[in-house]
Amino acid sequence: MNMKPEFKIISDLINENSHVLDVGCGDGILMEYLIKEKKVDIRGIEISKTKVQNCIAKGLTVIEGNAEEDLKQFPDKSFEYVILSQTLQAFFNPEKVINELLRISKQAIVTIPNFGYWKIRLHLLLKGTMPVTRTLPDEWYNTPNIHLCTIKDFVFFSKSKNFKLSKSIALKSNEPSYINNKNLNIKNLSSNLGIFLIES
Amino acid sequence: MNVKENIKKLIIKKPLKLDCGKIINNFPLAYETYGELNKKKDNAILIFHALTGDQFVTGINPVTKKDGWWTYAVGPGKSIDTNKYFVLCANVIGGCMGSFGPGHENPETKKIYGTDFPVITINDMVNAQINLLEYFGIEKLFSVVGGSMGGMQVLQFISNYPNKSKTVVPIACTSNHSAQNIAFNELGRQAITADHNWLDGKYNSQSTVPDKGLAVARMAAHITYLSKKGLQEKFGRKLQERDDLKFGFDADFQIESYLRYQGSVFVDRFDANSYLYITRAMDYFDLVKQFNGNLSSAFKNTKAKFFVISFTSDWLYPTQENKDIVIALNAIGANVGFVEIKSDKGHDSFLLDVPDFLKALKNFLDKSYLEK
Repeated sequence: MNMKPEFKIISDLINENSHVLDVGCGDGILMEYLIKEKKVDIRGIEISKTKVQNCIAKGLTVIEGNAEEDLKQFPDKSFEYVILSQTLQAFFNPEKVINELLRISKQAIVTIPNFGYWKIRLHLLLKGTMPVTRTLPDEWYNTPNIHLCTIKDFVFFSKSKNFKLSKSIALKSNEPSYINNKNLNIKNLSSNLGIFLIES
Repeated sequence: MNVKENIKKLIIKKPLKLDCGKIINNFPLAYETYGELNKKKDNAILIFHALTGDQFVTGINPVTKKDGWWTYAVGPGKSIDTNKYFVLCANVIGGCMGSFGPGHENPETKKIYGTDFPVITINDMVNAQINLLEYFGIEKLFSVVGGSMGGMQVLQFISNYPNKSKTVVPIACTSNHSAQNIAFNELGRQAITADHNWLDGKYNSQSTVPDKGLAVARMAAHITYLSKKGLQEKFGRKLQERDDLKFGFDADFQIESYLRYQGSVFVDRFDANSYLYITRAMDYFDLVKQFNGNLSSAFKNTKAKFFVISFTSDWLYPTQENKDIVIALNAIGANVGFVEIKSDKGHDSFLLDVPDFLKALKNFLDKSYLEK
C-alpha cells in the first residue's frame, strides 16, 4: 500500500498504546495505519456519512459529526493525542477548533497543505487562476477549504495565539525536515505540507 | 389457537420485583431462537422487540402466518447472520405473544388480569429477559440489539448488566420519552379506553373486543412511524379506486384506505390491554432520571462497544436524541460509534429495506465479532 509520507511522520510523533482521536478521519486510512504501527486506541470523527460507513466497515470506532460542534462532548484531556490531518483549512473558526483540540487532548498534531509552496505560487503567477494541486484538488467554487494558509502564516498565527509548537516539520515531496526561525522562508517555499505538534 | 400453545416458553420461577413494587414469580417468558449456539457460547445476540413486535423476528411468524418483523435484517447471510450468530428474542412481559401479560389469568382471582395486571417498565422487561442467559448457559452475549422500544431495552440492559454483552446496538431510540412521545401514546390509549367494548379492560370475559379503539390507536401511531416526504411520495393525494371525490366520509384517498387497513390487520394480532401496558412502559422510561440527571452514569461500569444508529427522517426518535446517548458515552470515554442513516422512510426505516442501514449493522457486528 502506498502510505502517505505524512502518516509516517504523524506516527513517529505518537507513543505506542496511546489514546488518540482523529478529527476528520475520512475513510480511516490513518486510523488503520496507527493501529498497525503504534497499537493505539483510536477514535474518529467524520462529517461524511459515506466515509463513516466505510470506517465502520473496517471495524473502526467512528462517530458521524462536525468537529466544530461536536468536540465539546469530549471531556478535558480525554486523549493523549488529537490529530487534525489537512482539515484545519475547512473550518469556519480554526482558532476555536485548535483551542478545543488542546482542551480535550494533551497534544494536537495539525497538518496543513502549504499554500506558500512554490508550485502553487507559480501556478497563480503564470496561469493567473486559483491553484489546483494534488493536495488541493478542488476548484475555487467548490472547495471546502475556506481558510487556506501557508506554513509561515501558521507559525505566525501560533505565535500570536500562544499555541506552543513543540515540533514543526516541513514535508518536501517525501522528505521531512524541521522548520526553525532561520529556515522558515525556505521551508515555506519548498514544502507542500506542514506538520505541527502543539502542546497545551 | 394450537399454534400459540406451541410457543416456546421459559417459566421463570425466581421472584422478580417490579418497579411498581409488586413481586411476580412462576411467570412465562415466551421466546424464539434462530441459528445455533456455538461451543464457546460466544455468538449469542439478544434482540429486543419494539412496541408491537414479538419474539418471531424472522421467517414466517407461526401465529400471524406473515413474515417476521425484522426479516430484512435477520436471517442466513443477512445483517444479523443466523448462519453465524445464535439469535434470541423474547416477547416482552406485558405483551400478548405468550409472555406474562394482561391477557393471562390471575391465579388469585381465577379471572383474566385485564387492568389488574401490574404496570410494568422497560427495566422490568429487561430483568425478566436476563433469565434467558442463565437458561442457555450464556455467560456473555456477543450483542444486544434493538430499535425503538427495543433500543430502550438495549440501553437499560447494558446499564443493569454491564458485563453481559460485548457489543451494544441501540437503534432509532431515546434515553427518555419526550412529551411528544408520551402525547402520541396517550392518544392511542384514549382511543382504546374510549371504545365502549373496552369495558374497563374486562373485555376478555365478554365476546367483544375494543377493536375500533385499538385500530385508531394503531392508525395514529403508524403515522408517527413514517415521514411526511415518504407519505407524500407513496400516496400523495391519490384516490382509492375511484375517479373523483365522493363527497362523503368513505376512504376517498389512498392514505385513508391504507391506514384503515393497517388498523384492521393490527387488531387481529394484538391485544388492546397489552397496548396500554407497553405504551405506559415506554412513557415511564427515563434512564436519565434513573441516574439522577447524568446519563453517562448509566454506562460507567461497562466496557462494551457501542454502535448508535439514527435515521434522518425519524421525527419520533430524532437524531439528536440518539446523539445524546453518544454524547453521554463519549463523556466517559466509552467505545462508541455513531452514524445517521439517510432515509425517507421515517422511524420505520430500521424495519425496512434500507441498504445503508443493513450494511452498517452487518459490518459493525461482523467486524466486532472478530475482535478479541
